[in-house]
Amino acid sequence: MNLNELVNMKDASFGYEGKPAVTELNFSLKKGDYLFIVGENGGGKSTLVGGLLGLRKPLSGAAHVHVKKNRVGYLPQQTAAQKDFPASVYEVVISGRLPKTGLMPFYRKKDKAAALQNMEKLNVADLRKKCFRELSGGQQRRVLLARALCSADELLVLDEPAAGLDPESTRELYLLLERLRGDGLTLIMVSHDTANALRYATHILHLGGRQEFFGSPADYAATELGHRYLGNCFDD
Amino acid sequence: MTEILQMIKEMLGYQFIVRSLIVGVLVALCAALLGVSLVLKRYSMIGDGLSHVGFGALALSAALNAEPLTVSIPIVMAAAFLLLRLSENSKIKGDAAIALISTGALAVGVVIISQTTGMNTDVNNYMFGSILAMTGTDVKISVFFTIAVLVLFVVFYNKIFAVTFDENYARATGVHAGLYNTIIALLTSVVIVVGMRMTGALLISSLIIFPALTSMRLCRKWLTVTICSAVVSVVCFASGVVCSYIFAAPTGASVVIANIIMFGLFSLVARVRKAG
Repeated sequence: MNLNELVNMKDASFGYEGKPAVTELNFSLKKGDYLFIVGENGGGKSTLVGGLLGLRKPLSGAAHVHVKKNRVGYLPQQTAAQKDFPASVYEVVISGRLPKTGLMPFYRKKDKAAALQNMEKLNVADLRKKCFRELSGGQQRRVLLARALCSADELLVLDEPAAGLDPESTRELYLLLERLRGDGLTLIMVSHDTANALRYATHILHLGGRQEFFGSPADYAATELGHRYLGNCFDD
Repeated sequence: MTEILQMIKEMLGYQFIVRSLIVGVLVALCAALLGVSLVLKRYSMIGDGLSHVGFGALALSAALNAEPLTVSIPIVMAAAFLLLRLSENSKIKGDAAIALISTGALAVGVVIISQTTGMNTDVNNYMFGSILAMTGTDVKISVFFTIAVLVLFVVFYNKIFAVTFDENYARATGVHAGLYNTIIALLTSVVIVVGMRMTGALLISSLIIFPALTSMRLCRKWLTVTICSAVVSVVCFASGVVCSYIFAAPTGASVVIANIIMFGLFSLVARVRKAG
């Protein structure tokens, strides 16, 4: 095993209740890689994200993620919490520090400082006393991303991070992610944003119920699949 | 007004009432705190299911002539554990699993009672509660357990928030969500057994559900909802007990009615605030 290897899938498949949603996964990622997972809806992207996070075990094959769980951050596609959940922005963001506290019952000074710092990075520090459920969709995404940054020391997994963001916030998001990568973070992102995939990714994984492609953006653009998929996106 | 104050003074002259009040306030506090998480996790009915199990367990302890709390607490804890497992293993869905266990336990309890002691005052107390039901030993055990629940709640406060707000996130980042769910269920079972002596098996789950729902009408943060539920619960309990003494009404039912009135008030204020 390569020491820098972070993720390794060998003939892995993931699914629900024994039914595979995505199969034939064969890829590996190194520290500092930036993977975009693309493909049509229902192609198994979110299922794979669940697998990468250890929320579901592979139905077959082998799936290894060599990161301690409390060094992983995650931005879910939808807020799992229900609409009327009472929680302030600050309470949501600092809950991302919980994996770092171990057996300690309370948050320490450095946890509070980290939460504040990440809220500032995402421009939500002004909202910290606001109720999470009363924010706009885009603001909620930014708050949840701040929570993810509180947890992420090595690996950050994002399920459609740009959904609900306006173009300016999207641009800022990609710049922020570039900076985080510069700090040594590995990024895995589910996205429909193929233009930015070509610009930023080190690897692209195309899923359509199975692994259709894995490789560099340049190789992807050269394949018929990539050509077709990218072409579709430009038509939108 | 002076008459009411006179009656309260008279009431506090009875030592057994003071003891029961202390236990009641502690139970109301615990129930309200756990209730916030249970309601938001859509586990409200677990409280109801467990109270029926508690009824069966109390019937069993009466038949065995054993100390009621020492028999019921472990049985209800085991039921809580089983309920969580059942609802996670999705073959039987959560609400159906609760109905299975609660009606089953109730049936067993009723059969045990009919075969042994028969429907006497004790049984009536298990169903509808009585402030007179607590013995000296009961009070000691109750105080010990409720204080333990309060301490554990404070210790696990942040963890309970995390697994309630977003269980998947907690799991993905290595927080033992299953363990904390189990802790919540076990603490709930303790509160239910201790509380049902006073409010009765049929009404104890309202102590868990009402204060949380009431405070969510007005509060928008986890911390404020938690504190507000605790205050609402204790206030409703105290006023319910006083009313039950004055009108010679059952304690449990009076407390629940106080909670209903409070819920109505909070809803009204929320509506006025929204309109204004």
